[in-house]
Amino acid sequence: MENWKRSAQTFWAAFAPPTFWLVTFFIIPLSLIWLYSFSSKTGVIDITLDWNLNQYARALEPLYLGIFWKSIVMATATTAICLVVAFPVAIAIVFSKPNMRMWLLLLVILPFWTNLLIRTYALIAVLRTNGFINNGLEWIVVNADWALSLIGLGDNTIVGPFTPLQLLYNNTAVVFGLVYVSLPFMVLPLYAALDRLDRSYLEASLDLGAGHTRTFFSIVVPLALPGIASGIVITFIPAMGSYLTPDLLGGTDSKMIANVIASQFKQANNWPFGAALSFLLMYATFFALAVRAVLMRKEGRGDVR
Amino acid sequence: MSDEPIIQIKNVSKIFGGTVKAVDEVNLEVKRGEFFALLGPSGCGKTTLLRMLAGFEVPTHGQVIVDGQDMSKVQPNKRPINMVFQSYAVFPHMSVEQNVAYGLKMDRRPAKEIRERVAEALELVKLGGYGKRMPDEMSGGQRQRVALARALVKRPSVLLLDEPLSALDAKLREAMQLELVRLQKTVGITFVIVTHDQSEALSMANRIAVMNAGTVQQVAPPTTLYEQPANRFVADFIGKINMIEGDAVAAGDGQVKVTAPVIGEVTLAGTATGKVALAVRPEKIFVSETKPTDPAVIAVKGKVGEVAYFGSYSNVFFDIGLPAPLQADISNVSSDIEEIIFTAGEEYWVYWRKSDTLVLG
Ligand SMILES: Nc1ncnc2c1ncn2[C@@H]1O[C@H](COP(=O)(O)OP(=O)(O)OP(=O)(O)O)[C@@H](O)[C@H]1O
Ligand SMILES: [Mg+2]
Repeated sequence: MENWKRSAQTFWAAFAPPTFWLVTFFIIPLSLIWLYSFSSKTGVIDITLDWNLNQYARALEPLYLGIFWKSIVMATATTAICLVVAFPVAIAIVFSKPNMRMWLLLLVILPFWTNLLIRTYALIAVLRTNGFINNGLEWIVVNADWALSLIGLGDNTIVGPFTPLQLLYNNTAVVFGLVYVSLPFMVLPLYAALDRLDRSYLEASLDLGAGHTRTFFSIVVPLALPGIASGIVITFIPAMGSYLTPDLLGGTDSKMIANVIASQFKQANNWPFGAALSFLLMYATFFALAVRAVLMRKEGRGDVR
Repeated sequence: MSDEPIIQIKNVSKIFGGTVKAVDEVNLEVKRGEFFALLGPSGCGKTTLLRMLAGFEVPTHGQVIVDGQDMSKVQPNKRPINMVFQSYAVFPHMSVEQNVAYGLKMDRRPAKEIRERVAEALELVKLGGYGKRMPDEMSGGQRQRVALARALVKRPSVLLLDEPLSALDAKLREAMQLELVRLQKTVGITFVIVTHDQSEALSMANRIAVMNAGTVQQVAPPTTLYEQPANRFVADFIGKINMIEGDAVAAGDGQVKVTAPVIGEVTLAGTATGKVALAVRPEKIFVSETKPTDPAVIAVKGKVGEVAYFGSYSNVFFDIGLPAPLQADISNVSSDIEEIIFTAGEEYWVYWRKSDTLVLG
């Protein structure tokens, strides 16, 4: 590509379509939203661009900051749980037999082949009051009671009566759903990083007298840091902006920022305010990426202990 | 106590996946303070044997005893053994100092002691001023010395080295060979080195175990290995050798009577009977224009074939009427070119001492 000036035609033939695509479907809409965020709503469908910061000021009111904060907390919890769950999974895949590895990876990716909406409804079927978990628990309680009745302790004296657990429509359900959706995004980069890791580093660490836990924290984690950082970022960013999961699994107080943005664009019909909220979300995303860049640079310098 | 071998390997086998016999009924003893080499062709099980010593592989059966202690229940991090890996495995995210200090930190040594011993170890491998460097700022040879210092600093009873020099260029390799020998003498630790380079093993080790296909063929000091190889494999693997097929019958008194084509019937020291090979090293062969009269030599007529001139000696192939030519390394003792030149087609008497002839089963 150094000589692109010489063969400008070839260059444009190759680069015009993607450039066109990016400009039409990414830059223009994004710029429009950006302009909306500095506009005022002057009628039911009228928006005037008057370069005011009122929308941002409103977005920074405690109510919305609270929702932002809640989104950050939920996304952080999701990312943290994913990291803790995905690490053993990735390690197990890396250390499994080569012919098993492909199947295990396939199992991790398998949920991607199903629509998110369907997967979320399936999760509802599992978690709801009359769902699989509650039915299963009820079966256990009822049978335990029956068994106890054989020795004269029946009729709910010890266990039961069964009251279904409220597993849906709360923050826990949202985090659970987000973890379920995000897990592959964490497992795959971790797997890639661990797979690249030379086994002899682990053996050298054991050889020098470190136990498995020390080896994990002193050798595996620092050397897998780029993969960990990637996993955190690509789990955190979608989780932060997730819409469907809190909408379907959350309760009245489980609204995340994307739900508020959607309601501003739809029910409230306040595009300028929705735009301002969207851009705040983007800044948060950029912040996450910056954190990752810093982590990566540290790794490159080798200062991480 | 100190006469007891530091390592005893008793009937150790390692079978991978139920079928691959990587190590097959090996018995070995390594003495305290020895520089011991495991030598053999690629895939003969050297690394597997070493990894069983370090604890990274579990023997399928058999017993490994180090310092009088059975190792079967001892994890790698609890063994009095350290290893220098073929790939060095110097931790890339730690400085040279941190790498060397790692093992001492795991032993929870006091900070002051760690600092002193790290400095001492780096001095020992001549990396005095390099403590703050990162591994990617060092050459292959320097990294290798970091790996060495990292293992030595723990003062193990045994240091294992898996082809430690194979990644280095020829010149650096020779320098490091000398350095390893010097180091081993200085620290007095038992070294077990794996190599498939015979000259490396011969020049460095006190004793060598030659392996083939998972089994130990011979364990001996370098000179014995070269001059009195136990069998054809060892003779062929170590250095160059001529072999003439023949049949042997016992002649009593540690002697055998061998009948071979061209040579006829000779009585030689040896024990192997049946199908045997008469083996003689190329440098033990002499040439003469007249038939040697000494009854202590075997002499055959040979016609000069290919000749390679190496300065101090010439490697000459003689056709002696057998399928395989006889190769001789003839010392170029004269500076008279006429005298040392061999021309293809010339006929000579080729002879060697009976006492230099090996009878290999
Ligand atoms: N983990 C393993 N699983 C299955 N087979 C193995 C394994 N490790 C080694 N082998 C087999 O065992 C045999 C001996 O291997 P080993 O690595 O000990 O050879 P080596 O003597 O060190 O060879 P080289 O000089 O090439 O390093 C080989 O046939 C190898 O394929
Ligand atoms: Mg090997």
